[in-house]
Amino acid sequence: MPIQYYIYFCLALFSIGIIGVLTRRNAIIVFMCIELMLNAVNLLLVAFSKMHYGAALAANPNTTAGIDGQLFVFFIMVVAAAEVSVGLAIIVMMYRNTHSVDINFLNRLKN
Amino acid sequence: MNKIVFLVPLFPLLGFLINGLGRKSLSKSAIGIIGSGVILLSFLTSCYLFSIVASAGEGQLQTVVTLFNFISVDAFTIPFAFQVDQLSVLFLLIITGIGFLIHLYSSAYMKEEETQHYGRYFAYLNLFVFSMLLLVMGANYVIMFIGWEGVGLCSYLLIGYWFKNNDFNYAAKKAFIMNRIGDLGFLLAVFWLLFKLGTVNYGDVFSQVASLSTFDIAAITTLLFIGAMGKSAQIPLYTWLPDAMAGPTPVSALIHAATMVTAGIYMIARSNILFTMAPTTQTLIAIIGLATAIFAATIALKQNDIKKVLAYSTVSQLGYMFLGLGVGSYTGAVFHVMTHAFFKALLFLGAGSVIHAMHHEQDIRKMGNLKKFMPITHITFLLACLAIAGIPPFSGFFSKDEILAAAFAKNPLYYYIGVGGALMTAFYMFRLYSLTFLGKFRGTHDQEHHLHESPSAMTIPLIVLAVLSVFGGFIGIPEVFAENKNWLEHFLSPIFAESTKLATTEHLSHSQEYMMMGIVTVLIAVIIFIAVNKFKKYTDEQEQAETGVGKLLENKWYIDELYNTLVVNPINAFAGFCKNFIEKSGIDGAVNGVGKLVSYSSRQLRLIQSGQVASYLLIMILSIVVFFIIWFNDITIMKFLNKLF
Repeated sequence: MPIQYYIYFCLALFSIGIIGVLTRRNAIIVFMCIELMLNAVNLLLVAFSKMHYGAALAANPNTTAGIDGQLFVFFIMVVAAAEVSVGLAIIVMMYRNTHSVDINFLNRLKN
Repeated sequence: MNKIVFLVPLFPLLGFLINGLGRKSLSKSAIGIIGSGVILLSFLTSCYLFSIVASAGEGQLQTVVTLFNFISVDAFTIPFAFQVDQLSVLFLLIITGIGFLIHLYSSAYMKEEETQHYGRYFAYLNLFVFSMLLLVMGANYVIMFIGWEGVGLCSYLLIGYWFKNNDFNYAAKKAFIMNRIGDLGFLLAVFWLLFKLGTVNYGDVFSQVASLSTFDIAAITTLLFIGAMGKSAQIPLYTWLPDAMAGPTPVSALIHAATMVTAGIYMIARSNILFTMAPTTQTLIAIIGLATAIFAATIALKQNDIKKVLAYSTVSQLGYMFLGLGVGSYTGAVFHVMTHAFFKALLFLGAGSVIHAMHHEQDIRKMGNLKKFMPITHITFLLACLAIAGIPPFSGFFSKDEILAAAFAKNPLYYYIGVGGALMTAFYMFRLYSLTFLGKFRGTHDQEHHLHESPSAMTIPLIVLAVLSVFGGFIGIPEVFAENKNWLEHFLSPIFAESTKLATTEHLSHSQEYMMMGIVTVLIAVIIFIAVNKFKKYTDEQEQAETGVGKLLENKWYIDELYNTLVVNPINAFAGFCKNFIEKSGIDGAVNGVGKLVSYSSRQLRLIQSGQVASYLLIMILSIVVFFIIWFNDITIMKFLNKLF
């Protein structure tokens, strides 16, 4: 498949994530949208990695060019998992305090 | 001799420090003894210096005693040096001698003051004498300038001595500011000399004077003369001197006789070579001097304040001195400084004695017949009046005659106008004398009851000064009376030697001089007779509002009003404009505006922090987009998009 398809797809996914973060008020959905953006970037990393690896393999069968992108994705996933656990904990605490998961409630720092 | 020169100004300085610092702890008599004693010591030292200089003969022209280097920059040094020669020792004697008498007199006159203020008074008085000594003894123009400024400061402090009275403070400020105008001229002249010759030492300047261009000399002398105008109260800077009467009376005596106003004369006499080489400036000096002499005399005719009459007479006499300087008779001018110091100090101290007896009444219309109550004051005052009027053989006659004879030799017109002024002098002095001492007493009964002769600390200086006023003239007997008996001229001749060589003076024939003296003396006597007769019978009923010229004179030609309109008010208006408009709207506006702008803009910026996470994110994303657009220019983005689609 041409690389453009991946790029279009990731762009769409990322945009959906951004729009979701900007428009939704439910903290859990905002959180999910952030995950969406992360995964869009992950997918793009994997796609570019595969593209570069494929191109380099034709010249040198022993090459490892480009595979560090795929390795990087694992790290991102681990970090994302950690982030999810912390984020969900924050949301739970927030719900306990305000009985709501609406992020517009969290504006008490403004003054 | 070199070792003791510095003692002369040191004594008054010590007196100033002791009295100034100890004014709260010392007793009145201690303050008086210290204050007068230091001047006496200074006077004795001066006498010693004088005897050395007088016996040194003509070979020794001057002694310069360098104490230390005052300013030393690169190749240029100004030493802190004193010059002792015939001119300066003569002035030292006048300043310390008359200064001592005035101090002595003050110790009685100011008895009623609180101890603290009494100490302050003597401290200022000592500082005044110290400054004047510095002025006279300095061996270069910079040291002279230090003293020059010092006397200006002290006159301010002493005129405003009773600082609780706002009018007096105003008079003090006026004196100071008027002097400052003159000082600027003096300072410019010093800088000009420095620029052209690179030195300010008298000896160096006078020996190099030939290398200056005519224009330079004329400019420097004119600027120096402007300085002298301020200090010695000449037109147009004379108005401070009559107002200086706000100070205690002995201070007036000190300012008018021994110090301050003679500074200008001294400075010109000291720089006589410069002035002799600038004939235009000399003419200017003669004209200004003559105009001042006449102008002040006309004002004095109609004044009713005893001190004001004396003040204007000082201005007038100073005019004569400048006339003398202007026509090249430096000896005559210095001679008149000396005799004037004697009789003017006497007049002021006499007036002080009168004021003391009259309980601070200064209006001569409210006096009269004081000769009955104050015999010593009366006699001494009369002698001083005769001296200032120019009746032979009193001292004023000789000195004034010398100036007028020199003026006649230069231009007979000067002489005739000068004689006119001398006649007016006789008139106003005897008007003052008659109103004060003759006729019948016109004050209140209470005042009459308390009339008394002053204590001996006040009358002794009067008697000493009276003796000096009577016999002081004999040191400068004109040549007509006795060949080569003019001791003063002989004494001062080394100082003015260079000028005498340059100046061409014609000598009058003896018969002509006798005739002139005779006519003038007779005229003065007639005027005195008229004045005494006219004002002897003065009563309050004669009082009527002055009209025409009389009113003009009584109001001093409205010169103060003229200055107010021409100078003071425009400057005030400009200052008001600066204060209200430039300061308030301009500078304050800019400063406060910056502050207001910051606080306004931050108040507006604060609204961005809404607390809405979504809006923060939106701004973040927009910022990133903008960042990308700026970071990668349009072309890169277009390429990328083209590749993509």
